[in-house]
Amino acid sequence: MIPSIPQSKFLTVSYAAYVTLFFVFLALPLIVVAGFAFNDSQFPSLPWEGFTWNWFFGSERPMIGVFHERSILRAIGTSVFVALCVSALSICVGLSNAFLFNRYKFRGQSILYVLMLLPLVIPGIVLGISILVSTSRVANGLWDGFGWDVEALRPGLWLVVLGQFSFITTIATLVIGARLQKFDRTLEEAALNLGASRMAAIGTITLPYLAPAMIGAFVVAFLMSFENFNTTLMLVGSDAPLTIAMFDRLKEGSTPLLNAVSLLLMVGSSCLALLMIAFQKR
Amino acid sequence: MRRDAKFGLALLLTPLLLWLSLLIFIPHIDLFLVSLRERVGVGKYDISLANYLTFINEPLYMWTFLRTAVMSVVATVITLLIAFPVSYYIAKMVKGRTQSALFLLCLVPFWVSELVRTFGWMILLRETGIISNLLQSVGLASGPVEMLYNDAAIMVGLVYTSMLFMVVPLVTTLESLADEVVEAGYDLGGNGLSVLREIIIPHAMPGIVSGCIVVFMLCLGNYLTPTMLGGKESLWFTELIYSQFIVRFNWELGAAFGFLLLILSSVIVWGMLRLTGQSLEKTMG
Repeated sequence: MIPSIPQSKFLTVSYAAYVTLFFVFLALPLIVVAGFAFNDSQFPSLPWEGFTWNWFFGSERPMIGVFHERSILRAIGTSVFVALCVSALSICVGLSNAFLFNRYKFRGQSILYVLMLLPLVIPGIVLGISILVSTSRVANGLWDGFGWDVEALRPGLWLVVLGQFSFITTIATLVIGARLQKFDRTLEEAALNLGASRMAAIGTITLPYLAPAMIGAFVVAFLMSFENFNTTLMLVGSDAPLTIAMFDRLKEGSTPLLNAVSLLLMVGSSCLALLMIAFQKR
Repeated sequence: MRRDAKFGLALLLTPLLLWLSLLIFIPHIDLFLVSLRERVGVGKYDISLANYLTFINEPLYMWTFLRTAVMSVVATVITLLIAFPVSYYIAKMVKGRTQSALFLLCLVPFWVSELVRTFGWMILLRETGIISNLLQSVGLASGPVEMLYNDAAIMVGLVYTSMLFMVVPLVTTLESLADEVVEAGYDLGGNGLSVLREIIIPHAMPGIVSGCIVVFMLCLGNYLTPTMLGGKESLWFTELIYSQFIVRFNWELGAAFGFLLLILSSVIVWGMLRLTGQSLEKTMG
């Protein structure tokens, strides 16, 4: 059915009702999480004990707010650090890949393209354990052979960065590649005709054109890294990023502190998303 | 110029090949080799299929494997059934501003971490949760109702978490379906059902396939939702991998489990592509 085909009133109304119900389903868990961040109680559940800001700003036990909870703040810092590393790395490799698949024709290109997509269809937990197994083999080899103890190859932040980078790069490649595909190459040729070198042409014409896609890819990579759980879980060492730290707390039982952190996350990621949309419109 | 082009090609190939070989291929080969190891003494290993035999001979492992696969398929089907009408509504029934607003609304929950979404369902479903309280106040239940820690809760969580990955490809393919084609279907005497079967679904097939593949993969590899929403009985295969690797430190068996999960997901993805005549480049790229 489409609007131009007349349908019975009952059908149209129930269809709209179904879609409304769907959006209620989507919103419900988020609203509940956000709401209980302000509950003046030890538990994020009914009964409602009154409104409080304590889970954000409280500094005394038993209500220590997010901004006074050291371990949560440190975990946020860790997550931001990992996410920045992952997005920067994957943007660089993604840009290079996008140019490779767009500008060159070589034997085995289509096979390489399919291989490039593979990380998306490997379960995150399998990616995690395979990198864990592989790096610890190398680390053990270095220790047995040379007596070198390479800390970076043991579970920890650098492994988390590597693990997340391994599949986020595919997404960065796809986002940047899609924009490069739409680029009008005669613009670059015009620059070459006007005497620019190849690098200057790319630097002044192509890269500015790609900028929105690169910012978009950066934001997507940042958010995906920040929220990643499965791969991170297998590679994490003693410095836990936020998702892992929250998971550990959630297993022990939850206080509205977790709701407050979640609300901050929601606000933060929607701001980033809006920023990205604004950039894409320009 | 030719030499320049060759140099450029080599320069751009290097990061790609390094990334794929060091982070994808070699680790998976290592994983496979470890899964073939059997510990025979301190620091001594033999090559054998012992880990895979353990998997086959231990009913709990086999059962969890099958359960994970079947539940992931069911979750994928439910997600598709819920998402299709909504995607169609967004793509065809509304236009302009409403359309982009509704589409954006679909995306919003997924900018938030999966952990937060699962946490939301825990607050809703648990014994002291919102739904339990609501049922009591309406009078449908006499005492607290525990809705968490069972397979239905896992299902709700999986469907919720996967929704976006179904809605986005569906909306994209359905949007490209011209209204005239649907009208022509009706003009030629079709009714709602036959138009849906003959025109809309065939047109949406690439979107359906790519949505189903991604959702299935995410369900199969999910760890958080089954752990948080499921009970003691409702094991998920990823939980077995985690416990072998991190808790019991039995990497050999854990690697075998990981490899089995990889094979299962590859076979199903490949089969789905084959069955519908789609290719990975078209559905993912």
